[in-house]
Amino acid sequence: MRKLILLITSFLLMASTQNSQAQSEAPADSTAGGEEGINMTDVIGHHISDAHSWSIFAYTNSEGEEVECKISLPVMAYYDGQFLFTLSSSFDDGATVEKGVNTYYLKHEKLYVRNGSGEEVRPFDFSITRNVVSMFISVAILLLLFVGAARSYKNSLVPRGKASLAEMLVLFVKDIADEQIGRRKSARYVPYLLTLFYFIWFNNLIGLVPFFPGSSNLSGNIAFTSILAVFTFIVTNFNGTRHYWKHTLVMPGVPFLMKIILVPIEIITLFTRPFTLMIRLFANVTGGHIIIISLISMIFIMKTYVMVAPSMLLALMIFVLELIFGALQAYIFTLLSALYIGLAVDDGHEEQTA
Amino acid sequence: MDGLLSPEPGLVIWSGLTFLILFLLLRKFAWRPILGAIKEREDKIESALASAEEAKAEYRKVQEAKAQMAAEARQERDSLLKEARLTKEAIIEEARKTAKEEADKILADAKAQINKEKADAIVDLKQQVAKLSVDIAGKILSQTLQTDSQQEKLIEKYLNESNFN
Repeated sequence: MRKLILLITSFLLMASTQNSQAQSEAPADSTAGGEEGINMTDVIGHHISDAHSWSIFAYTNSEGEEVECKISLPVMAYYDGQFLFTLSSSFDDGATVEKGVNTYYLKHEKLYVRNGSGEEVRPFDFSITRNVVSMFISVAILLLLFVGAARSYKNSLVPRGKASLAEMLVLFVKDIADEQIGRRKSARYVPYLLTLFYFIWFNNLIGLVPFFPGSSNLSGNIAFTSILAVFTFIVTNFNGTRHYWKHTLVMPGVPFLMKIILVPIEIITLFTRPFTLMIRLFANVTGGHIIIISLISMIFIMKTYVMVAPSMLLALMIFVLELIFGALQAYIFTLLSALYIGLAVDDGHEEQTA
Repeated sequence: MDGLLSPEPGLVIWSGLTFLILFLLLRKFAWRPILGAIKEREDKIESALASAEEAKAEYRKVQEAKAQMAAEARQERDSLLKEARLTKEAIIEEARKTAKEEADKILADAKAQINKEKADAIVDLKQQVAKLSVDIAGKILSQTLQTDSQQEKLIEKYLNESNFN
C-alpha cells in the first residue's frame, strides 16, 4: 500500500500546472447564438479514447483563464529511421516538435508527422499514454496483492489477511478452469486464466474510478481487448489436440458434401471466437462509459439545476451496474477463454469420464 | 471518436508486453505459490482425515481384541472353577470310598478275629469241659467203672451227642 501511495504522489509531483485556452477550437455545431456550448461528442470522445497527457482537474482562475492541471507523459515514436523522445508538454497549445525535415504534432490526441514532402502521416507511436500508465498502475496493484498474499503462505498454510482474499479470488478462477477444461488438464492453464481475469477486472475497476488515477478507458480500448483475444487464440490453437484438429478440419463421420460447407465454417469459427471476445469486452466497457458521461452531460446540455438530481441518480444506478459488469465482463472473457481452451485440449475421452 | 475501432499499434504492443510480463511475474511469484499452498493444504487435510480414519479402525480393533481377551479369561476362569469343583468331589468320593473299604476291612477282620477267637474258645472250652468232665467223670466213675477205656468211650459218645452250638 505504501508503495502505491508513493507512486501516486510521484505522479502528482510530475504534474505541471499549465495555462491552456480550453475549447480554443470551439466546435461550430455546438455554439448556438454565440453562446459557448459543449460538444458532448467531443467530451465523450476525449474521455473514452486514449490521451498523451493525463488531465487531473481544471479550474478558472481569478483572471478568468482556464487552468488545467495535468501530467505530462512521455511521447515516443519512430518514423523514417529516427526515434522521437519527448514529453507531451512540448505539444501543449498546439506546439509542434521539429526533427530534421519532419514536424511532429498532436491532432485530436493523436501524433502525426508532416514529412519533408508535406504529407501528413502517422508515425509508429509507442508513447506511454494515459492508458499505458493506468495499465502499469493495475500491474502494481495486482503484484502487491497477489505476490504479497503468496509470501504469507511461506509461514503457514492457513491463509490470513491478504492471503484469504487472494485465495478466494484464485479459487474462483481455478473452479472456472476445472469446470471448463477438466481437472486433469486445467493446471497448465490456470495461471493464464487467473492473469487474464484479474488484469481485465482491475482495469475495468480503474476505468470506473471517476478521478485521478482512474478515469482511463483501457479495457474499453480495442487495442487492449484485441491483444488479449490474440493471446487466447494462441493459447487455444497452440494447445489443440489431434482430436480437436481432426474435428475441425476433417470431421469424421460427416458426409462429404456437408464437409464442403462445414469445414470452412469451422475454420472461420476459429477466428470469430477471439474476435467476439475482443468486440464484447470493448463494446461493453466503452458503452458503459458513454452512458455514464452522457447522463451527467444532460445537466450541461439542459443547463438547468432541475436535471442534476435525476441525471446523477441515473448515473449512479448505471455506475453500480457498471461495477457489476466490470466483474461480469472479466468473468465472461475468462470463462469463454477457458471454454475454448477446454474444447481444444479435449482428447475425446473427457465425455466418458465426465 | 473515429479511431475507436482501429487499434493503436503502440497500445497493442504495450498491452501485450505488459500482459506477458505480468503473466510471467504472477505465475512465478503468486499463482504457483498460492496454488501450491492450496494443493498442499488439500493433501494435508486429506491425509489427516485418512489417518484419523485409520486410527479409529485401529482403536476399534484394539477394543475388539480387548473384549475377546476378557471373554476368554472369563471362560478359562469358569472352566478352572468347574475343574476344581470336580476334583474336590472326586477327592471326597475317593476318600469316602477308601474310608469305607478300610472300615469294611477292619470290620471283616474284627469279625474273622472274633469268629476265630470264638472257635478257639469253643475248642478250648470243649477241651476244658472234656477234661473237666473226664476229671469229674473219672472221679465219679472211678468208683463205678473198672477200666478207664470203657469209661472214656462212653464219655466221648455222650460228648459227641451233645450239641453246644
